[in-house]
Amino acid sequence: MSTSVGSAQTNNTPPEVPDAAAKATKTGTSDLRDLLSRNLRQSGIYIAFFAVVVLFAVLTGGTSLSPGNITNIILQYSYVLVLAIGMVIVIIAGHIDLSVGSVVALSGAVSAVLVIKNGAPWWVGILAALAVGIAVGMWQGFWVAYVGIPAFIVTLAGMLIFRGATQQVLANTSLSPFPAEYQKVASGFLNGLLGGNGYDAFTLLIGALAVAGYAVSGFRTRVARIRYKQPVESFPLFIARVVLVAVVVMAFAWQLAHARGLPIVLIILGVLILAYSTITKRSVFGRQVYAIGGNLAAATLSGVKVKVVNFWIFVNMGFLAAVAGIIFSSRSNGAQPGAGNSFELDAIAAAFIGGAAVTGGVGTVVGAMVGGLLVGVMSNGMQLMGVEQQIQSVVKGLVLLLAVAFDVYNKRRAGSSR
Amino acid sequence: MSDNILEMRSITKTFPGVKALSEVSLQVRRGEVHAICGENGAGKSTLMKVLSGVYGAGTYEGEIVFDGEVQRFSGIRDSEDKGIVIIHQELALVPYLSIAENMFLGNERKGRGGLIDWNKANADAAALLEEVGLAENAVTPVGSLGVGKQQLVEIAKALSKDVKLLILDEPTAALNDDDSAHLLDLLRRLRDRGITSIIISHKLNEIVAIAQSTTIIRDGRTVETLDMSAPDVDTDRIIRGMVGRDLESYYPDRVSHPGEEVLRLEGWTVRHPSQDRLVVDHADLNVRAGEVIGIAGLMGAGRTELAMSVFGRSYGRYESGKIFVHGREVKARSVSEAIDAGIAYATEDRKKYGLNLIEDIRRNVSAAGLAKLAKGGWVNGNEETKVAEDSRRDMNIKAPSVSSIVGKLSGGNQQKVVLSKWLFTDPDVLILDEPTRGIDVGAKYEIYTIINKLVAAGKAVIIISSELPELLGTCDRIYTLSAGRITGEQSVHEATQESLMKLMTKERELAA
Repeated sequence: MSTSVGSAQTNNTPPEVPDAAAKATKTGTSDLRDLLSRNLRQSGIYIAFFAVVVLFAVLTGGTSLSPGNITNIILQYSYVLVLAIGMVIVIIAGHIDLSVGSVVALSGAVSAVLVIKNGAPWWVGILAALAVGIAVGMWQGFWVAYVGIPAFIVTLAGMLIFRGATQQVLANTSLSPFPAEYQKVASGFLNGLLGGNGYDAFTLLIGALAVAGYAVSGFRTRVARIRYKQPVESFPLFIARVVLVAVVVMAFAWQLAHARGLPIVLIILGVLILAYSTITKRSVFGRQVYAIGGNLAAATLSGVKVKVVNFWIFVNMGFLAAVAGIIFSSRSNGAQPGAGNSFELDAIAAAFIGGAAVTGGVGTVVGAMVGGLLVGVMSNGMQLMGVEQQIQSVVKGLVLLLAVAFDVYNKRRAGSSR
Repeated sequence: MSDNILEMRSITKTFPGVKALSEVSLQVRRGEVHAICGENGAGKSTLMKVLSGVYGAGTYEGEIVFDGEVQRFSGIRDSEDKGIVIIHQELALVPYLSIAENMFLGNERKGRGGLIDWNKANADAAALLEEVGLAENAVTPVGSLGVGKQQLVEIAKALSKDVKLLILDEPTAALNDDDSAHLLDLLRRLRDRGITSIIISHKLNEIVAIAQSTTIIRDGRTVETLDMSAPDVDTDRIIRGMVGRDLESYYPDRVSHPGEEVLRLEGWTVRHPSQDRLVVDHADLNVRAGEVIGIAGLMGAGRTELAMSVFGRSYGRYESGKIFVHGREVKARSVSEAIDAGIAYATEDRKKYGLNLIEDIRRNVSAAGLAKLAKGGWVNGNEETKVAEDSRRDMNIKAPSVSSIVGKLSGGNQQKVVLSKWLFTDPDVLILDEPTRGIDVGAKYEIYTIINKLVAAGKAVIIISSELPELLGTCDRIYTLSAGRITGEQSVHEATQESLMKLMTKERELAA
């Protein structure tokens, strides 16, 4: 039965290993074009973002990059970015969340009732808002994960339920104003801590620290990869990347330092982005989110506890919606029954423009942030130019459509080369 | 002169890289029931798809003569116009629509002004239902009927199209004995009315009972056509035709030293997830360390269902039975518990159930054993890369790097990634479901070599395969499964393709 084993063996195991090894050393350092083509989906959004920034800088005669305006964009879009962090995770897992706008409103409303109406301290309002968000997340996670209702339905119901709850809590009237401490969350600045003449030295220091942190962590990753004999980018390219980031960050910090200093909300946002990109990339939980979105059946048959993961995805979304709710209520200095209307759409758009796949399994936190900023810069630029609201809306819609069309096109191309 | 309603002459159909059919000929006499037999993957379904126009004219070589004319079908619509209707194994009915709506779907009974005349439709449907002997109201939603009755609806639908040649692909595979008997009876009645049928079936007893002639296909070629009225033609004769081939691929040598028992099933019984029937019926089996056992069974015998239900009850509803690993009872109610108990299961369909095709090799290899790479919930990415690199080297996965996307690898390399994934969980027993399906000969040899290495390292391996030579070439013992029951156990020394096929086609009542 098993004759001529020897000859079959030599026939069927060509000297592939040395060949592959040679290839590996060749691709050991990859050049720029390699990087770009390999990450076209991701790099596409960076290029688009860069183009939009330059376009509006030219169209507005530089106003869009002025210190005051940059600060404005951050303050104005921070809550959408916070929502987009949670939303991209939801989308990677193959779900959607339509309720976040209502949750933003509800958490802000509960906080306002406690702080403004009942005179509770500002931090009680914040804790209560977070508790509301987490409770909402558990509610929706329960229905999605354990009952098996599609997230679209659960969160559509949630959108109505929590909007109604908001109006109930507020007795359909607006509440304001918050105490000064609460307002600082969204409109406060760290300024003058280290002095500076016409600029804020502290902001520059934080910028410099961020750059240093980026360089050190990049270098450590590089060293570790080399130790594990992994391909890395060539050293000049690595330096170029660090320098590029340093220039962008420092220019950004310089502009902020010449306006009102470092916005507190930017610190919150920075911490969240850092934490969540690490969670999605490095944690077991994050990996399981990608696995579920990539192939649900395969994830299940690999022992991923799909229900548990789905549940926590929605709890997390509720938590982040509450953070956004706090920021929004702080910024608008009160709570309104109609707050947060259509925020879910901005967050979803940010995730998709940032490269998340409609079918799940693909997307990054950083991508969603760039996607959100792209929309932010665009809207802001059009406002500066005095473009009418309706035109802005059409342009935003087209950008979303094109971004997803690009994604679908990319996938089809990848599919046909299989 | 013979009156052939259908002649397929020298049909050759090639898919990229595979010759599915090679010079296949088929002659069907008018008014007979003609059976087509062959192992899984022999080319039966492909042949029927050529006939019905799913693979249109021009995509194959050879000619089809139906009713005395050469036909060039370019779609299923063309063949239906000529009176050829195919009923697939997976029924093509819309569960939420009524029997009548399904029956006339795409062939609506139109009244005045182009609107559907529902009175006429329902009346016509009722008449057809009576013809096939189905006592149901025409407005009943199809989803509320059992599989057997749905099958009859399909046949009634075919009759509504003025069928001359009815093709049934595994019509009784999902039916119980009563429904099967009823269906065969119906085919006889249709035959008496002059309707010719082609029936594809694995149930040889049924074929002997109903068919006038049987064409056997093997590896995409016609082997022979048997006249079922000849005296020496019985199930054994058909089996000989189905399996009679030389081994084409070679299997690496292995010295077997079975050790202690690793896995034992006692009375393992599983119910179908939605229907009221047992898919696995009191299965007993065991496998020892350093041993490879095979599970042979035809399509629908319950092989995959058995494996998946053992693997953390991933299929069906648990009824009764026990699993022992290393002599201790294991109650694995979820996949992660099964993995913890030392069981691994590589699925039959890699792409659908085994791999995350949009991710790279690294993340697929670590998917089932991520906990081993993590500390406090954080994955050590470099360690993960190292594990994947080791697998790539040990398994000889042909890819430029471990960051290659799995969806772009060849079938053989994908299967090596699946094996790597499961080996990383360090299982005691590996269940491999069709481990070499869709893989070229060279990669098959590599997979067998990997299996041998695992066994040498003391693992227990269970192989499920449709290819009997593969089981005979790799296993120490082979269990046969038919209709959810284990119908036999043979050591590789006593087993032959014929003896296995006999056990695999053993019917339920004979099994006791």
